[in-house]
Amino acid sequence: MVSAALALIGLLVSLYLWLWKIGLLGALACGDGACERVQLSPYAQIAGIPVAFFGVVGYLGILVASLAGLQDRLVHRRWPTDAILVLAGIGVAFSGYLTYLEAAVIHAWCRWCIVSAIIIVVIFGAAIAGRMGWERESVSR
Amino acid sequence: MAGQLKPFYIGLALVAVAGAALIYMARRPGSETTVAQTAPGPVDLGDYEGHVMGSDSAPVTIIEYADFECPACAQFAILTGPDVKQRLVATGRVRWIFRDFPLEGHRNSMPAHHAAQCAGEQGKFWEMHDQIFFNHGRWVTERRPERPLRDLAAATGIDMRRYDDCMSSGRYMDRLNQLRADAAARGIGSTPTFDIGNRRVSGALLYDDLKKLVDSAAAAK
Repeated sequence: MVSAALALIGLLVSLYLWLWKIGLLGALACGDGACERVQLSPYAQIAGIPVAFFGVVGYLGILVASLAGLQDRLVHRRWPTDAILVLAGIGVAFSGYLTYLEAAVIHAWCRWCIVSAIIIVVIFGAAIAGRMGWERESVSR
Repeated sequence: MAGQLKPFYIGLALVAVAGAALIYMARRPGSETTVAQTAPGPVDLGDYEGHVMGSDSAPVTIIEYADFECPACAQFAILTGPDVKQRLVATGRVRWIFRDFPLEGHRNSMPAHHAAQCAGEQGKFWEMHDQIFFNHGRWVTERRPERPLRDLAAATGIDMRRYDDCMSSGRYMDRLNQLRADAAARGIGSTPTFDIGNRRVSGALLYDDLKKLVDSAAAAK
């Protein structure tokens, strides 16, 4: 449930940044222009695809896996937790790289990116806890 | 289990709807509240009007107050600028005036504005304007932006010896400081800001929104 709720918030944040990047929104609600600076930097896209779009896809995947894991017939299956773990792991690594770029290369902090980084770390932590709980449950069964 | 989760699903749906609504509300730049102000009177900057593009007989004049380091200004220049030039300025419908407004907190603004003034001295302001905005990432976060700005100036085809003389003399610093003070005195609180006829709008306007304001200003004449 924690993963699903956080993935939804992360999805909305990524969607907001992606829609801004492709020119569908007005000024970013960021305050000091740092978000725009990060979003307009050369690091805000990979192979022509906005970085925020990867966030949209990743969070959507985590949301779907989280909701799947809540279903009666899947609640004792391992794959939803594993899927969240893998997606969140990739997300943590990617967010770590982007946070490094903000700190050391771009010299600007995008608040929405930081929110997203915190969300993905918490989801990853929750997925690890969920996986450990699942292992304990398997042993006791 | 499914029944127990019902409140959770309802909460999740409410968050999704609220988030989507907030994103939807953010979709239009230049809301009605920002359009409502009336532009102030003429500027007292001697003969200097700003960097002008377009016909003197165009029915609508737009004054843009912009800062080269401002990301929203770059967004406007990149996304909307080309359409403005081709569809409004080149067709004689708009006379466009660019006023430098290098913001205090932007460390690299002043060198960029000075570089553009130096290129303008050789008749290449708009070329340098585009180089600066279209290559924002190359200089805006640099601790010493002079070198990348010089590379951008060279790309406009100007005489670099004259450019270097101009940059080292700092001869446009007074003008830029005056423009900054003037914009602040006019109540410009953010960049980019546009005075379109007697209306003032802020934000990285999309072309369609700008066009509506131009049509409205032309109709009011």
